[in-house]
Amino acid sequence: MFTGDELTAALETLGVTHVVWLPDSALGVWEAALEAAPHLTLVRVCRESEAWAIAAGLHIGGKSPLVMIQNTGLFDSGDALRNVLFDLGIPLYAMIGYRSYLVENSPDTAKKFTEPVLKAWGIDYLLIDRPGRVEAFCDHYRACQAASRAGVTLIAEGNM
Amino acid sequence: MAAASNSNRIPLLAALEVVARTRRDEVVVTTMGSAREWPKLSQHPLDFHYLPSAMGQSPMIALGLALAMPERRVIAFTGDGSLLMNLGCLVTIAAAAPRNLAVIALNNGRYEVTGGQTTAGAVSKVEFSAIAAASGIARTHAFDTLDAWQQGWEAIRAVAGGSAFIELDVAPVGPDYHLVVPGPMRSRLAAFRAALSGA
Repeated sequence: MFTGDELTAALETLGVTHVVWLPDSALGVWEAALEAAPHLTLVRVCRESEAWAIAAGLHIGGKSPLVMIQNTGLFDSGDALRNVLFDLGIPLYAMIGYRSYLVENSPDTAKKFTEPVLKAWGIDYLLIDRPGRVEAFCDHYRACQAASRAGVTLIAEGNM
Repeated sequence: MAAASNSNRIPLLAALEVVARTRRDEVVVTTMGSAREWPKLSQHPLDFHYLPSAMGQSPMIALGLALAMPERRVIAFTGDGSLLMNLGCLVTIAAAAPRNLAVIALNNGRYEVTGGQTTAGAVSKVEFSAIAAASGIARTHAFDTLDAWQQGWEAIRAVAGGSAFIELDVAPVGPDYHLVVPGPMRSRLAAFRAALSGA
């Protein structure tokens, strides 16, 4: 949906300091750009639940982290997300790969449950399902930050 | 270090007191059992009790704090049950390579706050310090006596830079295991943020 350069330029504009991530095959193509961006620190986690707590610590310490994971990792990290977004009340923003969204009639249950789970958590989200919508992501990020609420951009992907 | 019998373990409060005695302006992150005991020793504004139920996450929020504030030392207490839920965090810490983070694992072989049920790690005789070393954390330590821990902590504190992982063989507290959450997390977080900013 974005090139690595488009993404890192957007993150620089938004003031993002750290990307805390566990990539999938679609998000993973940004690795080189994220590593090379002088204004960003890439923090690699072993499991998605770690990403929320690390990002929370960064936020408390005055930084502006972005969580970047796949939707399967969203499912896995529910309790950490609950702690950070709802108990601590930290308005983190995440970019989440939406596995199988672009596959018509996909039987992938990761596709089936992604948006219902976000709605259940009450998380404001934006779906990016075609190229060239970097500005939409930036606008949504800014709106969420201005309102001090958590937010997600879903990046539509093909098959697993 | 494989866990010893309960009678030979370090009393938990004494283990924490070693850190409390030398603590200056370090951030101290606690959770679960350590969050119950640490306030008996410390009411410092840079104490952050990650509760009510953040098992496995205290080293991670501490890592975020350490990366955000490289000039400030961060100490994270975690229990063995919590650490077992997220062993990968040791690899994450090694990869992130903070220069100011100490993780202290309090190993009593129990899920203490739920009544003392045995962990799988106690059965398997897991060696957390060995796992930490194999994960890539350069400075790892294990102590099973209070004297050794007191001397060891002085030496660990004297080294500037790099992460440290410490495993302490501690005794379960017994019947007084209930964890009382010290007030709403958001208000505690606001106070902690204010302390960090020097307000």
